[in-house]
Amino acid sequence: MIRIVGLHKSFGLNRVLQGLNLKIEHGETLVVIGQSGSGKSVLIKHLIGLLKPDKGEIFIDGVEITRMKDDELRKITRKFGMLFQGAALFDSMTVAQNVGFGLERYTGYPAEKIEKLVKESLAKVGLQGVEGLMPHELSGGMKKRVGLARAIAYKPEIILYDEPSTGIDPIRADAINDLINMMKKELKVTSVVITHDMVSSYKVADRMAMLYEGRIIEVGNPEEIKSSKNPVVQQFIHGKAEGPIENW
Amino acid sequence: MPLSENMHVLLIWSIVLLKLKMFHRVRPSFFSLFFEQLGELGLLSFKTFKNIFKKPWEKKIFIQQLEEVGVRSFPVVSLTAAFVGLVFGLQTYVGFHRYVGPGSEAYGGPIISLGLSKEFIPILVGLMVSGRVGSAMAAEIGTMKITEQIDALFSLGADPNRYLVVPRMLACFIMLPCLTLYGDILGIGAGYFYNVFIMGVNRFIYLKNTLLYLELWDVISGLIKAAAFGIIIAIIGCWQGLRAEGGAEGVGRATTRAVVYSSISILLVNFFLSKVLPTRLG
Repeated sequence: MIRIVGLHKSFGLNRVLQGLNLKIEHGETLVVIGQSGSGKSVLIKHLIGLLKPDKGEIFIDGVEITRMKDDELRKITRKFGMLFQGAALFDSMTVAQNVGFGLERYTGYPAEKIEKLVKESLAKVGLQGVEGLMPHELSGGMKKRVGLARAIAYKPEIILYDEPSTGIDPIRADAINDLINMMKKELKVTSVVITHDMVSSYKVADRMAMLYEGRIIEVGNPEEIKSSKNPVVQQFIHGKAEGPIENW
Repeated sequence: MPLSENMHVLLIWSIVLLKLKMFHRVRPSFFSLFFEQLGELGLLSFKTFKNIFKKPWEKKIFIQQLEEVGVRSFPVVSLTAAFVGLVFGLQTYVGFHRYVGPGSEAYGGPIISLGLSKEFIPILVGLMVSGRVGSAMAAEIGTMKITEQIDALFSLGADPNRYLVVPRMLACFIMLPCLTLYGDILGIGAGYFYNVFIMGVNRFIYLKNTLLYLELWDVISGLIKAAAFGIIIAIIGCWQGLRAEGGAEGVGRATTRAVVYSSISILLVNFFLSKVLPTRLG
């Protein structure tokens, strides 16, 4: 279980997170929605230790991680797999090397076993025969899938998805949504999805949380979010320009 | 002006300054930025030196970097050393001929050897490698930074400092002295070639003088300088790459800064090392 308590983070005078509280249960898919620039990516970068908060605590299975040293933190990050917004594949490595990277670091398995697990992970995301390709030879959707294969290769307990449907067409976005659901069903992982795409959100979410002005202002299942009385939530989920949320 | 009025003015100014500071209208001074960046660089250097001894060692990356820094710099170092040797040979020939007299040109040998091995070759190799390798490090790491590849490294269990900075720094530390030694041989050879084969200077006197006055320490002190320049090039290149922000423009800026900062640092550090490293006059 992940518990975030009173998380604050500022960059200069820009106060991004202002006392954010959130609880994510084991095995659920929680979708965090919010405007672009509202701090969704900043939130998940805190979960994996990429950013340190100014104030507040994060508990992963009861262990507080914000004050851990890098070496200790690495034992915790082993539990996480992350799909980055632009996939963040290593340019200088082949697809197989990319997918096997975490396996090599975290497990120390011999090369043959890594090769086998890489193929399995790629097959799970519907890719075969691409092991020798370089990232620049892949399409946007394929990159995302390779990124997902890399994130799941070492069997993490929690998968973080940063804008999984951004930058790809609606059909490929839907295929990624199916993959997210499949990961949950097959691997029984906890998933945290950051997005502003409402179609994806409704399709993958067990629960949804709306991030606004540095705090979570509403949490509930998709039906509860749809019927929320909060005008900010209503404006956001219906994508209206007029309302309490400032446009620019 | 009465005291209470003074206090009043002081209070108003304090509020105005506080407000300006709050809205970031007070730009950080050159000195505060300078010390901030110096602190960043110091911390990165400290972390890198500490990580040299920590396992796992990134052997594959280290070997790749040895090739990138060393083997691929051979053409540019060869050209630089050969032409500097030739031109230095030319000027010492002219100098001796003009100021000491015909026949004295063979005394140029030790000057060429000393000047090249202690100063010119280490500096020029440093500047050339900084332009070729330091800029590439900043560009590569900067691109990785803005495309979240460095975050991905961390999330996949690799320490970005151990994975990116340590192998680059060690490769530069080892390869810069090797390139310098190679440049010394080539440069001194080029000076000899110009004087002996083109200008017809007596080969035996030229060689005898060179061997008599050039000391092993002169060459070693040049190599020590080169090792220090190697550390400077790698640390500054990686530092600039790691602080790159804002897309392609940011990477471009990081690349330029890496070359400018490391070139200036090489020239400054060279002077201090020349002062600190002992030289025998007699």
